[in-house]
Amino acid sequence: MMAMRSMNAVYAMWLSEMLRFWRSKSRIIGALSTPLTFLIFLGPGLSSGFQFQGGGALDLSFFAPGFIAMSVLFASLFAGGTVVWEKESGLLKEILIAPINRFFVALGKAAGGVTIALIQGTSLLVFAGLVGVRYVSGPGVLAGLLVMAVSGIGFIGLAVALASWIESPEGFQMIMSFVAMPLVLLSGAFFPISGLPPWLGVLVSMNPLTYSVEALRWCLLGSSVIPITMSSAVITLFAFCMLLLGGKYFGRIRVQ
Amino acid sequence: MLYAIETNRITKRFGGVAAVSNVSLSIPQGELFGLLGPNGAGKTTLINMLSTMTDPSDGGARVWGFDVVADAHLVRQSIGVVFQDITLDERLTGRENLEIHGRLYGLEGRVRRRRIEDLLALVDLTDRADSLVKTYSGGMLRRLQIARGFVHNPHILFLDEPTLGLDPQTRMHIWEYIKVLTEEEGVTIVLTTHYLEEADHLCDRVAIIDHGEIVAIDTPEALKSQLGGDVITLEVEDPADITRLRALCEGNGFERVVSRGSSAVSMAVRDGERKIPHALNLASGAGIPILSVSLHKPALDDVFLHHTGRTLRDKETGDTGNHGRSGTRPTRRR
Repeated sequence: MMAMRSMNAVYAMWLSEMLRFWRSKSRIIGALSTPLTFLIFLGPGLSSGFQFQGGGALDLSFFAPGFIAMSVLFASLFAGGTVVWEKESGLLKEILIAPINRFFVALGKAAGGVTIALIQGTSLLVFAGLVGVRYVSGPGVLAGLLVMAVSGIGFIGLAVALASWIESPEGFQMIMSFVAMPLVLLSGAFFPISGLPPWLGVLVSMNPLTYSVEALRWCLLGSSVIPITMSSAVITLFAFCMLLLGGKYFGRIRVQ
Repeated sequence: MLYAIETNRITKRFGGVAAVSNVSLSIPQGELFGLLGPNGAGKTTLINMLSTMTDPSDGGARVWGFDVVADAHLVRQSIGVVFQDITLDERLTGRENLEIHGRLYGLEGRVRRRRIEDLLALVDLTDRADSLVKTYSGGMLRRLQIARGFVHNPHILFLDEPTLGLDPQTRMHIWEYIKVLTEEEGVTIVLTTHYLEEADHLCDRVAIIDHGEIVAIDTPEALKSQLGGDVITLEVEDPADITRLRALCEGNGFERVVSRGSSAVSMAVRDGERKIPHALNLASGAGIPILSVSLHKPALDDVFLHHTGRTLRDKETGDTGNHGRSGTRPTRRR
């Protein structure tokens, strides 16, 4: 009975996220357009100018996993961040007054966010395939989806924690751009991470998005600088920790 | 279980200030109970404690037989809350809002759909059920929000200022919906309001709450009849005369003499028609010019004035109140 109820609640939260996503076309377009623009313009632009030190070419395929990871990052941060608006608008009160353990409320929200992140990541993946990126194998693409989902959970957890903690939507937006920008720039989405200056190498290796990008490269293209065992372990650990952190701060929200 | 709600000296302090202080109430099942008081009187804080959103600083309460702190989860299963600000998701349709609510409370498919259909019909929103909530008018938002409170068949429903910020006509419509829903559903309802007419019109019993304390509690009729048969109000030309006029009336056989606003004095009397000449003679004998005289049957406003020394309307315009922070936030439209 309890379990049934909790599952119902998770589904209710997931459903409301989906309905909202479906209703806000601008959000869909906005979320897809940034990485898409990168893919269309920046990819070819960058690849024309660079050459691997070893001699391999930097082509669109090299950038595609980075842009996909970036889109998953944006979608996840946005999905987790809705908490701050729901808190502000009072919508969250209505949800939190229901006789449902908050863990399941948060789980439903995360499930909704991951679904959206997957939809966006997959659209980009398909689009990149259409413009000439060659994926190594079908199973690789499926593994890539798994990487997107696990990374998504991590970043949603992070965003939920920040959104629960921060009072105002304006403050949250500030923090988000403050978080998202370095995550993207220091991830190896735009440059190969081998042979970096040591200080940059350290920053890049501390960035969870680096491991998402690398794991995606391995899954989609068949090779990566960071071994897949390590990257998959890091993103799983990150997702686990952020889920706990997000759950903790979400549980602390006071409504009145 | 005799009472749907019982509170025992329940108290909430914010910092050093008591927003609700030693409130002991018993509300029987099926009653439509009103908490009447000005903004900031502690009504919302009391509701927040009864609905487990805020823990009491002192004292306690049982809601549907469950302790609001120890059995918060069971309390939540027994109640519904209709918040004073609109907490609907405007990006969804009216029906979807109710659907999500029903699922959140574990209602099964067919039962849920049927229930939502019935409630939408009760609040006359069937035609607009599939429009996005952001296209709704203020009155429609309230109706939908009130209907949502009933979806999961709560034993007790808290309605916090259900008509706040609505025009008088819409307000009267909402009253009708609340009456119909209450009769159909047989729910115990606790309603807060700072509109006297609302308490008078809707409630079986009313508690007048001021500065976090209950100052009077009874049926609206009994509260009004406490004041005797009539209320005489004398409006003076010069507000400086008020104190003198009050003392004069009190010293000459009038009881329950209070200032009303800044330029009038009210007194509760029997046989009002016969007392008016006496009051006027007193005033003219003392050389106090009187602008107007009125006689009316006591309304809850007079009851409030009698118990607190202020009218509710004084409170609304003048005194912003520093008692607690439960006061009314403006209704937000997103």
